[in-house]
Amino acid sequence: MITGNFEYHQPSSLPEAVALLSKLGDDARVIAGGHSLIPSMKLRLAMPEHLIDLQGIGELKNIQISGGEVRIGAMTTQAELIASEALYKSAPIIRETALQIADPQVRYMGTIGGNVANGDPGNDMPALMQCLDANFVLQGPDGERVVKAREFYEAAYFTARDDLEILSEIRFSECSGGFAYGKQKRKIGDYATAAAAVLLTKDGNNCSHASIALTNLADTPLYCEEASAMLQNGGVNDENIAAAVTSAMAQIEPVDDNRGPAEFKKHAASIVLASAIRDAWARA
Amino acid sequence: MSATAESVQDRKAALKGLGTSRKRVEDARFTQGKGNYVDDIKLPGMLFGDFVRSQHAHARVKSIDTSKAMELPGVVAVLTAADLEPLNLHWMPTLAGDKQMVLADGKVLFQGQEVAFVVAEDRYIAADAVDLVKVDYEELPVLVDPFKAELSDAPILREDIKDETEGAHGARRHPNHIFTWEQGDQAATEAIMKEAPVVAEEMVYYHRTHPCPMETCGSVASMDKVNGKLTLWGTFQAPHVVRTVASLLSGIAEHNIRVVSPDIGGGFGNKVGVYPGYVCSIVASIVTGVPVKWVEDRMENLSATAFARDYHMNGKIAATEDGKILGLWCHTTADHGAFDACADPTKYPAGFMNICTGSYDIPTAYLAVDGIYTNKAPGGVAYRCSFRVTEAAYFIERMIEVLAIKLNMDAAELRAKNFIRKEQFPYQSALGWEYDSGDYHTAWNKALEAVDYKGLRAEQAQQVNDFKAGKTRKLMGIGLCHFTEIVGAGPVKNCDILGMGMFDSCEIRIHPTGSALARLGTISQGQGHATTFAQILATEIGISADEITIEEGDTDTAPYGLGTYGSRSTPVAGAATAMAGRKIRAKAQMIAAYLLEVHDNDIEWEVDRFVVKGAPERFKTMKEIAFASYNQAIPGVEPGLEAVSYYDPPNMTYPFGAYICVMDIDVDTGVSDVRKFYALDDCGTRINPMIIEGQVHGGLTEALAIAMGQEIAYDELGNVKTGTLMDFFIPTSWETPNYQTDFTETPSPHHPIGAKGVGESPNVGGVPAFSNAINDAFRAFGLTHTNMPHDHWRVWKTANDLGLHG
Ligand SMILES: Cc1cc2nc3c(=O)[nH]c(=O)nc-3n(C[C@H](O)[C@H](O)[C@H](O)COP(=O)(O)OP(=O)(O)OC[C@H]3O[C@@H](n4cnc5c(N)ncnc54)[C@H](O)[C@@H]3O)c2cc1C
Repeated sequence: MITGNFEYHQPSSLPEAVALLSKLGDDARVIAGGHSLIPSMKLRLAMPEHLIDLQGIGELKNIQISGGEVRIGAMTTQAELIASEALYKSAPIIRETALQIADPQVRYMGTIGGNVANGDPGNDMPALMQCLDANFVLQGPDGERVVKAREFYEAAYFTARDDLEILSEIRFSECSGGFAYGKQKRKIGDYATAAAAVLLTKDGNNCSHASIALTNLADTPLYCEEASAMLQNGGVNDENIAAAVTSAMAQIEPVDDNRGPAEFKKHAASIVLASAIRDAWARA
Repeated sequence: MSATAESVQDRKAALKGLGTSRKRVEDARFTQGKGNYVDDIKLPGMLFGDFVRSQHAHARVKSIDTSKAMELPGVVAVLTAADLEPLNLHWMPTLAGDKQMVLADGKVLFQGQEVAFVVAEDRYIAADAVDLVKVDYEELPVLVDPFKAELSDAPILREDIKDETEGAHGARRHPNHIFTWEQGDQAATEAIMKEAPVVAEEMVYYHRTHPCPMETCGSVASMDKVNGKLTLWGTFQAPHVVRTVASLLSGIAEHNIRVVSPDIGGGFGNKVGVYPGYVCSIVASIVTGVPVKWVEDRMENLSATAFARDYHMNGKIAATEDGKILGLWCHTTADHGAFDACADPTKYPAGFMNICTGSYDIPTAYLAVDGIYTNKAPGGVAYRCSFRVTEAAYFIERMIEVLAIKLNMDAAELRAKNFIRKEQFPYQSALGWEYDSGDYHTAWNKALEAVDYKGLRAEQAQQVNDFKAGKTRKLMGIGLCHFTEIVGAGPVKNCDILGMGMFDSCEIRIHPTGSALARLGTISQGQGHATTFAQILATEIGISADEITIEEGDTDTAPYGLGTYGSRSTPVAGAATAMAGRKIRAKAQMIAAYLLEVHDNDIEWEVDRFVVKGAPERFKTMKEIAFASYNQAIPGVEPGLEAVSYYDPPNMTYPFGAYICVMDIDVDTGVSDVRKFYALDDCGTRINPMIIEGQVHGGLTEALAIAMGQEIAYDELGNVKTGTLMDFFIPTSWETPNYQTDFTETPSPHHPIGAKGVGESPNVGGVPAFSNAINDAFRAFGLTHTNMPHDHWRVWKTANDLGLHG
């Protein structure tokens, strides 16, 4: 439970951090809140030789909302996401999700950037970002590029981010309408047995926008395009909810672990998703 | 008249004695972070030890190369079995009459086993050096299922004793078999099982779990080579026993060893035994001549130090058609892991499992326990219980439910019908115990009324109907439990640990100004001894509890005692405290009589003073007497006011309780929610109701953990699957339900103050109550029994197997 040896660096600006990372290369990792990285270093699963701490970079910690767009700096903590009233108005599903992550102590440290960059299928923010159709801004030696959350996750701990890039910001459109983040877990501080993010916009009796994504049911978060379309095109009723759930369930590939066998997770996931859809629709 | 009566009351209240909800005196330091735990001990020049542990569950150790580790700057030594062998310390005796490798001697037998001990200047260097020790293993077939231990293709685990057909507890029939322990009348019980009108049978598994105290295990050894003294600080629930064992093992004379248990952050049985870390820190300090600290981390604690339970209990219970129990039969397969390191009194290899007739008048019974070796960590300790009482209580409280199903009878009624009646005490059980006192019917009826049992059953029936009609996906379970414990080990004639009788002790010194110091052979790990023992004494000697210091845990100062576990502190050391207090009072009476110039028999004790009979204005307070004992020459009486008592209890004590849990269960997700938990405890005389309530809350929460998710699980290769707190369930305040506590008070007739002990009752009774609630919820759908832990997926699976998912 003691990490290997490493050098600690604390740059004070983003360009400085990017330059350091370019210079140190593969042997270096950035550290944000440290609440995924440090546990894996203590288990010596990760043994970086250099840690580049982003805590000193003020420009990475902010929440801006203008012109219908939300921009969140990568170093904004989960506690700050929960506390922001402006963010709650623009995207209430963020608070709902963040409140179901870990416990307050972890949320004071853990950042949104670390949560989405980590690539652990157990993290809750990645599916949420896919549900919001967010964009991730990456800064590398060759400058800035933007990758869609829906195209970012490749496999467990593998993402579209290059080793030399730093995720600086997350951008997405303000969302109106119904929302729900449903999560089944064993206890406080646990990752999801199954979780679902749902956004539904009501237009009269029709559903003008639907977006569904799932957490910890495959080796990446899952955006459920077909299931979303079913609700958006066909409306939200018992029959379509069942069809959307069936479609989403065809996508998942949960694995057996201490939370239970895959067979159970499939069942639990279908219940969690169906009730998240109902909750979101009731709020729409 | 009334004025005097009131002042007696006032004086009594000022003592803060028995029955007072006195605030815990320990908490001032604990809540301010001023506790002093083993890891807080820092000595000049101290080195740090860390273990190289086996990643394999069963393997031959072909070679260990320590050279790279030794090259790392700051590494002082790397010990292996070869280094310990010349000292004969590569193996050590266990409390259960077996022996255990201190460091891997030729092979490893469980994942996490200690292979080499690295000693370095700080713990960071030690951790790095651990990675540099190269161990060459040859993997061997792994045995995880105790039911496969005696198959012809089973690997032989303990090659060291493979040819020994006789173990510490009798005959061994196979190299992987440790002992068979039998109690009761087999022939008569088996005859009843054949002939009885109704026989219910079930395999009840109490899964492997772990005490997981907040503070892990550790020690600091300091060998002073100049004066030959060894001081050992450690997480010891029984410091005197550790001193004796350390002396026997090391050859250092016992007077040259001082063992100190400082503040202990929870024990729950985990800190009763002796671990390789303690031995290695001692050896390393002897070798290096400087203090050596060893403190394990959480994963080491969970995967290598003593586990609890792991009993496969096959039961049969026979009854008449109208529910009078005729007999109980139990065969238990006990998975002990790689070494038999249970912490039981010597004569009880399965602890007090033979209390498994529970609260019931069962005329005939038979119990057999087979201890088996597997490739798992050793242990089998009493996790917040008295030597397998939890297993016994769980077994009988499940069997009662199983029988109720078979009889199609209400389980509360079945219990009431079979309780040992008040007038039957002292009651001789079929498996050999003498229950001291009890009034089960009163407690039971009080509990049923408090929760409106009839109303709950009606609501449950309605909910079953609604479920069947498709109106709800939730079910309701009512978990009943009436447990009887056996605690306070114990009478020296049949209870010993490594030959040391299980008495306990108290030594009291009254200071001239009338305050006091009392030292005991026990050691608090959070139970609040400094608070409650002062209260016992306050009532006995009339000095306010606030003016009594309680000290424990330093073998150089405390009288010899067997330590704290098995709810034995109050029954045994608490009794010693009262008895020592009475000796003080007896001497005080002589002094008072002299001072009052009357005959000893002409004065009587009143709260805090001796009063001349018939002349209430003539008295001497204990404070006055204390002063006199030091400054006056009293003919025929030695100066000073001190006493010591070593108490050998005549019997165990038998606390009991009635618990009822109401649970709501979501059939689809397997998520359950405790709606209500009512806990009535009868622990005899109540010393401090507030502490009792705290103990009950804590014990119930541990019971919740065990019943609902906490386990040490292994895969088929013997890998520990639950080695961190992410997977090993420790409830937070969020998961913890509200508890409604209650009591009846049936004193123990043989204990000086009638107290029975309570610290473990809630764990013993809580687990069956939670588990019975889950089981009960599915009774209407044909379930007889489902095993713990009742986590989401297992509850889901139960529902799924019953066809409740359509
Ligand atoms: C007990 C416990 C329970 C938890 N439960 C949950 C839970 O229920 N749900 C959940 O979602 N999470 C959970 N977590 C994880 C927690 O939310 C982490 O804080 C989060 O996953 C990572 O954020 P961080 O800021 O701590 O990142 P770090 O741990 O510092 O970093 C994580 C990874 O991301 C990389 N990284 C970080 N920031 C950047 C960046 N800006 N650019 C590029 N790479 C970056 C790091 O190099 C590292 O590889 C839990 C953690 C703990 C300790």
